[in-house]
Amino acid sequence: MSESGMNQAPALQFFGRLGRRALCSLEQLGDATRLGAHALSLIVARPWQGKHFILQLYALGVGSLIIIAITGAFTGMVLALQGYYTLAKFGSESLLGAGVALSIIRELGPVLGAFMVIGRAGSSITAEIGIMRVTEQTDALEMMAVNPKQRILLPRIIATAIAVPLLIAIFDVIGIGAGYVVGVELLHVNPGAYVAEMVAKVTMHDIYGGWTKSIVFGFMIGMICTYMGYRSEPTTEGVARATTQAVVIASVGVLIMDYILTSFFL
Amino acid sequence: MIRGENLSKRYGDMQALAPTNIQIREKAITAIMGGSGSGKTTLLRLLSGLEKPSTGHVWFGDEDIAAIPESRLYELREQMGMLFQYSALLNSLNVYDNIAFPLHEHTELDEEVISTIVTMKLEQVGLRGFEELMPSELSGGMAKRVAFARAMSMDPKVVFFDEPTSGLDPISSGVITTLIKDTSDKNHMTSLVVTHDVHAGLSIADHVILLWQGTIIAKGSADDIRNSNDERVQQFLEGRPDGPIPFSRSTTTYLDDITHKPGTVRLEP
Repeated sequence: MSESGMNQAPALQFFGRLGRRALCSLEQLGDATRLGAHALSLIVARPWQGKHFILQLYALGVGSLIIIAITGAFTGMVLALQGYYTLAKFGSESLLGAGVALSIIRELGPVLGAFMVIGRAGSSITAEIGIMRVTEQTDALEMMAVNPKQRILLPRIIATAIAVPLLIAIFDVIGIGAGYVVGVELLHVNPGAYVAEMVAKVTMHDIYGGWTKSIVFGFMIGMICTYMGYRSEPTTEGVARATTQAVVIASVGVLIMDYILTSFFL
Repeated sequence: MIRGENLSKRYGDMQALAPTNIQIREKAITAIMGGSGSGKTTLLRLLSGLEKPSTGHVWFGDEDIAAIPESRLYELREQMGMLFQYSALLNSLNVYDNIAFPLHEHTELDEEVISTIVTMKLEQVGLRGFEELMPSELSGGMAKRVAFARAMSMDPKVVFFDEPTSGLDPISSGVITTLIKDTSDKNHMTSLVVTHDVHAGLSIADHVILLWQGTIIAKGSADDIRNSNDERVQQFLEGRPDGPIPFSRSTTTYLDDITHKPGTVRLEP
C-alpha cells in the first residue's frame, strides 16, 4: 500500500464511523417518530385512557410543582439582581420589571422549566418504562390484550405535553413575582415604574412565543423520554444508559428547538 | 389450534430458530424442552405473537398472527394467557388487582363478581388472604402462583408457560406443575410449557418437543422421548456432561487459548 493510502485509511475509517453514527441516529429518529405517531393515533381507540392520563398528569404536574416554584423564584430573584446592576449603570432601573418579565416569559421560563421537568419527571418516565421492559411487564400487558403503547406511552406523552406549558406558566408567574420582591422591596425600584414598564413592554407576541415553546418542549420531552424507555435494552445497564441518554437528548433537543423557535418568533 | 409453518428467527447473525414446522395439539399439554439457548423461549414468543418470525407463519385457528393487524391480535389474545419466567406481575398493583386486571380490562362484570373470581383463583393457588400484598412482598414461588392465577383469570383457551418451575424449590415446583396439569385437564385448555426441567416436563406433557441449537431433534409422547435411541435426547434426559451435545461453546481449542497461540487469544490487552 502506498504511503498516501496508509494515511488515508484512518481518515476513511473516521468518516465511515461518523456516517454509520449519523445513519443510526437518523434511523432512531425515524423509529421514535413512528412509535410516537402510533401511540398518538391510539388516542381515538377504545378503551379511553382518561384515568391513566389523569394519574400521569398528577404525577408529572403536581409532583414537579415544588421544584418549578423554587427554580422560578430564584431565577426571578437573580435576574432582578443582575438586571438592576446592569441597568443602574445607564440610569434605567425603571426598566427592571420589563427586563425580568421579558427574559422569563420569552426564554428562561420555557427553557429552565423544561430542564427541570426533564430532570425530575422525564428521567423517571424513561426509567419506569425501561424497568417494565426488564421485568417483562410490557410483554405481560400485551399478553393480557392491553396495548402498552396505548396504556403506557400515550398517557405519558399527552400528560407531559399538557403539564409542561402549565408548569412553565407557573414558573413565569413566580419568577416575575420574585423579581418584583427583590427589585422593589430589596433594591427600592419604584413599584409603579416596575409594573408599568413591564405592562408596556411585554406584548402578547412575547407571551405567544413563550407559550409555543413550552408546548413544543412538553411534547418533545414526552416523546423522547417514553421512546428511550420503551426501546431501552432490557437489562439493568440498558435502562441506566437509556435514562441518561433521555436526559441528555431531551436537554440538547430543548436548546436546539429553542434556537429554531426563537428565530421564528423574534 | 396453533401451528408454526416454516418458522424461523434470526437476531442479527445469530440463528435462534432454524426453519421449523410445529403443531401444538388442541386441549393437550405440549412441553417444549431443551437446554439453555436451544431456542425454546424464542419459539414460545413466536407462537404467542410476542415476536415476529424472520420467516414463516404462525396459524392461530385459520389466522396468521404474524401477519394480522395489531388490533386483531389483541382480540385473539383475550383467548390466551401467559405465565412468564419471572412472573411479570404489575408492580404498581397488589395481588388482587393483578389477578383482576384482565377482568377489569375486558369484561363488564360487577366488582362483586370479579372479587368472587379472584377469591376462587387465589384459593386454587393456595394464596387466599394475600390479596393486599404487593408483588415486592411476595417470594418467588408466591409470585409465580399469583401470575398463574392471573393467567387463568379469563379462563383462556390457550396458555403459554415460560419456564414455570425455574428458580423454585421442589415443593413450589411441584405445586406449579400440578396446577398446570389439573387446570389444563379440567378446563380442556391447550397448554404450551417451555421448560428445561426434565422431570416436570415429562410428568405433565401429553406431547413433548425437544430442541437443540434451534432445531427440533425429537418429538412424541413422554414415553417416546424416554425410549428414544437418539444419543442427544438421552444425554439431555440424563443430564450427562459428555455426549454429542457439547458442554463447551468455545470454537477454539483450550490448549491454543492457554498457550496464547497467535490468532486464538481474544483477551483485551
